[in-house]
Amino acid sequence: MVGIMSYGAYVPWHRLNRGDCAKAWGGFAIPGERAVAYYDEDSVTMAVEAGMDCLAGWDPRSVDGLFFATTTSPYKEKQCSATMAIPLDLRRDIRTADINTSLRAGTTALALALDTIKAGSANCMLVLVADERQGAPAGMLEQQIGDGAAAILLGNKNVIAEILGSYSMSDELAGTWRSDVDAFVRAWEDRMVLDEGYSKLLPEVMSGLMKKSGLSPKDFSKVVFDPPGDPRRHARVAAELGFQPGQVQDPYALFMNIGLTGCAMAPMMLVAALEEAKPGDKILFAGSGNGADAFVLQVTDAIQKPSERRGLKGHLESKMAMSNYNDYLRWRNLVPQEAASRPDKQHIRLSALWRERKQLLGLWGVKCRRCGTPQYDNGAATTGPIRVCGVCLAQGDFDDYNFARKKATVFSFTQDNLAAVVDPPASVVLVEFEGGGRAFFDLTDRDPAKVEIGMPVEMTFRKVHFDRGISNYFWKARPVR
Amino acid sequence: MPGSIKDRVAIVGMGCTQFGELWGKGPNDLILDAVNEALADAGIEIKDVQAVWSGTLFSGSGGRTVSEALRLQYVPVSRLENACASGHEAVRGAAYAIAAGIYDICLAVGYEKLKDEGASGLPGMENRTNTHYQSSMPGVFAMMATRYFNRYGLSPEEGKAMLAKISVKSHHNGAMNPKAHLRREITLEQVLNAPIIAWPLGLFDCCGVSDGGAAAILVRADMVKSFPNTPMYIKALQICASPTTGRLVTTYDYTHVEEAYRAGIAAYKEASITNPRKEISMAEVHDCFSITEAVTMEDLQFSPRGGVKEDVNAGTFELTGPLPVQPDGGLKCFGHPIGASGIRMLYEPYLQFRGKAGKRQMKNPKLALAHNMGNEPYAPVVSVCIVGL
Repeated sequence: MVGIMSYGAYVPWHRLNRGDCAKAWGGFAIPGERAVAYYDEDSVTMAVEAGMDCLAGWDPRSVDGLFFATTTSPYKEKQCSATMAIPLDLRRDIRTADINTSLRAGTTALALALDTIKAGSANCMLVLVADERQGAPAGMLEQQIGDGAAAILLGNKNVIAEILGSYSMSDELAGTWRSDVDAFVRAWEDRMVLDEGYSKLLPEVMSGLMKKSGLSPKDFSKVVFDPPGDPRRHARVAAELGFQPGQVQDPYALFMNIGLTGCAMAPMMLVAALEEAKPGDKILFAGSGNGADAFVLQVTDAIQKPSERRGLKGHLESKMAMSNYNDYLRWRNLVPQEAASRPDKQHIRLSALWRERKQLLGLWGVKCRRCGTPQYDNGAATTGPIRVCGVCLAQGDFDDYNFARKKATVFSFTQDNLAAVVDPPASVVLVEFEGGGRAFFDLTDRDPAKVEIGMPVEMTFRKVHFDRGISNYFWKARPVR
Repeated sequence: MPGSIKDRVAIVGMGCTQFGELWGKGPNDLILDAVNEALADAGIEIKDVQAVWSGTLFSGSGGRTVSEALRLQYVPVSRLENACASGHEAVRGAAYAIAAGIYDICLAVGYEKLKDEGASGLPGMENRTNTHYQSSMPGVFAMMATRYFNRYGLSPEEGKAMLAKISVKSHHNGAMNPKAHLRREITLEQVLNAPIIAWPLGLFDCCGVSDGGAAAILVRADMVKSFPNTPMYIKALQICASPTTGRLVTTYDYTHVEEAYRAGIAAYKEASITNPRKEISMAEVHDCFSITEAVTMEDLQFSPRGGVKEDVNAGTFELTGPLPVQPDGGLKCFGHPIGASGIRMLYEPYLQFRGKAGKRQMKNPKLALAHNMGNEPYAPVVSVCIVGL
């Protein structure tokens, strides 16, 4: 029995009122708000967050592979899933792959993971899907698009939703695209794209799968598939297939609060459906883009098991309204800005980052075997892996100790107006971890006015530096979401 | 203690440049101007100097920068770098070489051309992985203030008022010092209403970014009679380097600097001082930020732990108080050309002992303490130098 063992989601904390876009540029405002990845987030960090959410309570060492799906990879050449395996604490002998360039990359990754398990090559595969697409300023896409991520853990035992069947189609249509020199999403006339693409393709793939599986719309509790820019087309497809409105996983909740999250949209809607699913439910699930993938899911009793995950619900509720549209432009580096009058940061040393990848990407410190003190060093001037205990001075007598999933409290802080950061002031905290250990971190996703000594924080994986095309990832603290 | 420097080395000449935004001067000017004044003061020529120790963090390369500026004729020159304690480190190198009997006359020179960095603050420090938190130096020290206020139950207003008085006091003194960078008195209101640099530290809680140079001629103590001026003897020179565990372990309170406390203890022992608050006549401490001066008063045992506020309010550290601190204006008014600061701190007692401190002149100072601190409060290198007649 192969199916979904766990799921997770991530939505950035910051939300932009779409009316603010219209205020800046004029024109029409789509109602609602969209999620905006903070300046230190990208599809990699959002996927890691969703992955951590999905793996809460699971042993990450039991995962045999990681597929990362996105259309907004920070790299054209260099794998992101290999980077992400370290913060997620996956084993080294796993299969990793990045699946890019199509809006159905998420469902494609799911299909590939499913086949990998079915083929006996793996018992457990983690699929992470995230997108941070951009519409050009002043366009409708800028309002429609939002940022977010989903995670699905596939395996062959204790599944909460068995995957009974799948079906895929390929379709050549340049409906939306981005060449390797485009920063923003481009699209052909939407009527043609919707008429000849979306509105034909999704009925075709879903009816194809139902025919193959011997099922009809009445057999399903839910049908889950991604909407196009015009969400009315979504309802039309469902009706055309014969689904009643009550069976349809409504995309509006996501669209109104987060936006269209690219290849993460369908998986995020699936997460929303699973959050409401009951044992015995059948779910028809599809994702589209240059073709489509569809799946039949059968929910099991295991779905009732309580989980530590925050999920889509938890992330939707935890948010901060952005005060203006300018911040969006600044965080995305869409307008030239006066640089802070500070010295430039030094170039990234890739050899040092490689040497300390476990400490930096994994947030692994040590616990002294002699005095029992947990210790973490954040890659400052001279340190790196701790070799001498800071308390009892024992050398090399340590157990590895992970700080990434530890809660912490603020021991001291400052709001630094002199430091050169994208969104001043630089909120910096010295934190103390539950169970011991202390370290300095940048504080992200924060309201500077609300930072205080004793404030509970948790660790979040972020992009801290960009230099010569290299994204440098590390951890920051954030107020507990 | 294996050995002691006490009374074995004397300073017989000193020089100090004007500190400030010296757009028209380069590192060579700072070196030459400071050294020329020191040589003239000691009544010697550069050819009499047998060995040189220089301190700079950013503005030099090895010993060559000084050798080149002075056109030294094939004498040994060492460059020492110990972050903001580099100036004292240069003095230490020269003093120890003399005490070891290797040389009779040495030069210690510290300088920094900070204003060539084109930035409002210190240049970037070494950071191999760029995963360091994004805090400036004011921010790092601000976190000590945040914690200090919390630990001793000071409201932000009370805490900031205590720190403001420290800055007002230093500016009062600095206004009387022609070589200081900032020579204007400030009011409590100005300090409290100034823009925040890093909460809770505002503009006047931070020292300036300045250029400067300072130099000292050191000789064997038994040679002082050959020199024209009153000699100033080194009574103690102690450096304490941090194991940098303050940022790793939860036992560090972030309201004191352990290394300053320990360097102070070692220096008092070397100088045979048992009651520093009574015996020390004046102190020049590393007031890179107002909070640094506050906790340093406690670390050096001038004030009890948590009790500096009472001393600040009582005027203990004012020029007319029982223990003047920063009689020359301190880093607050001189700015902090890193390598120069440690030697600049010795220049003031040198003037005071000789009765040449002008409007700032104290009555009969006997012992002075200079305290230099490099790096962050949780991981510093601290030097304490005690000098006297």
